[in-house]
Amino acid sequence: MDQPVDPGWIEARLVGARPQAIAALLRYFRNLDLAEEAYQEACLRALKTWPKNGPPRDSAAWLIMVGRNAALDHARRQARLADLPDENAISDLENTEPDIVERLDAADYRDDILRLLFICCHPDLPATQQIALALRIVSGLPVARIAAAFLVGERAMEQRITRAKARIANADIPFETPGPVERANRFAVVAAMIYLVFNEGYTEADPASERAGFCAEGIRLARLMLRMFPGEPEMMGLLALMLLQHSRRLARIGKDGAPVLLDDQDRSLWNRPMIAEALVMIDKAILHRRPGPYQIQAAIAALHAQAEHPEDTDWAGIDRLYEALERHAPSPVVTLNRAVAISRLHGVQAALDMIEPLSEPLDGYFYFHGVRGAFLEKLNRNDDARDAFGRAIALASTPAEAAHIREQLDKLKQENRKFS
Amino acid sequence: MLYTLLCYNDEAVTTAWTQEEDAAVMTRLDEIHRKWADNFQPMIRLMPTSAATTLRKKDGMVLDGPYAETKEQLLGFYVVDVDNLDTALEIARDLTEANPGGAYELRPVMIYYPNGAAVDDGPAS
Repeated sequence: MDQPVDPGWIEARLVGARPQAIAALLRYFRNLDLAEEAYQEACLRALKTWPKNGPPRDSAAWLIMVGRNAALDHARRQARLADLPDENAISDLENTEPDIVERLDAADYRDDILRLLFICCHPDLPATQQIALALRIVSGLPVARIAAAFLVGERAMEQRITRAKARIANADIPFETPGPVERANRFAVVAAMIYLVFNEGYTEADPASERAGFCAEGIRLARLMLRMFPGEPEMMGLLALMLLQHSRRLARIGKDGAPVLLDDQDRSLWNRPMIAEALVMIDKAILHRRPGPYQIQAAIAALHAQAEHPEDTDWAGIDRLYEALERHAPSPVVTLNRAVAISRLHGVQAALDMIEPLSEPLDGYFYFHGVRGAFLEKLNRNDDARDAFGRAIALASTPAEAAHIREQLDKLKQENRKFS
Repeated sequence: MLYTLLCYNDEAVTTAWTQEEDAAVMTRLDEIHRKWADNFQPMIRLMPTSAATTLRKKDGMVLDGPYAETKEQLLGFYVVDVDNLDTALEIARDLTEANPGGAYELRPVMIYYPNGAAVDDGPAS
């Protein structure tokens, strides 16, 4: 067809093809900078030739091939000052494309993309740098946007990413095709990093902010992984978990920026299509009978999502799932969350008894003191509750968290006034 | 006669849309849906292929993902009631303006039960 190609449309294709293209070019050049430069060059040529010739059927394959040729030509030119490459020869891919498409199908892409994400998770890199690197290299977000999200200058973020890349370059990038054990290991590491990306956005109060966009990016990365590895139940669980948490986006932060508790959220604001997709992903994961922490956390979130009103919540089911989570991934934080279910099932005193032993491991944890304060308040131990809320405020990591606890404190004061 | 318009597109591209881009496409499509409202019957947007499950009939294997591993994926479909292929093509061209990329496959419908519960009564004649 002879319709003009919308530049925005080309942009979407370039973004969509980016992870596959960079990942394959990285395997080819074994150097991240070279791979990125080759991809950039291919994009420039795409912007020039696609409006004329129409976009190719397989954008990723086109970008890989053109990027590779351009980089090779560049290297050759530098080596012996050869002639410029024939632009038309590179643009005319009609005959060669099917070949490369076949060679690069599923199996190759899969491990390429897994590797690309895996190297962004180098254990020497702090979490924030892993996130920044993945967003820059895999998602292709401009440095300016990442910098804005982390509240640093563009220059500083640029340097941070450069340093992180240098660190990776010095490490041994595993280019051989991974065995099943190594692949499973990479998979777990990458899943954790994807969740980090999501959480970085989730902690942001303003849903319109740059950082809040990371949630959608985390979900996109999980979907990308599932397109490559469709039968991984933990990745299904992670996608479901993120969708469920993201479905409450508009309900979980109040107008003043303070978090709104699940019980107090306007459930009509929950995003139903996201919840529906998450429930499907959980159903699919269960068929594999290989439960894991992401699947269980998703199942817990799903029980909340399925309750039309807070009082419809299946607390017994949630308690059983937390029990399972304690077995799969024991942690005082899991027990703390389970205590909330226990308080609904067996009363607040039982829940308080359950969390007392956690006071040592969780002493520095904002949420522990917040939950404990809420329990004490319900038992009318207002002085103790006030102390607990005070600890929580001291430990709060965002102003919104602190404000939320202060609101609880104000309620306590009102109660006291009523009774005095 | 009834045609289905099967919507194929590269999912890597459509999932790269921002929420605003997605909303913009839906707004543009909405105009076309209204324009051809008299002809449209069910219209379905499918969840991403990651949500798909495939039952292989030869051995009963349950597989994750869509059946066909293609460059473009089936992302949704319309059922339209039109007099002829020309009109179906005209609708598809309008939809293409609103939502470029990929292809529409126009496939005439052979048997159609608007509501599966009516199967016992046989197809409407």
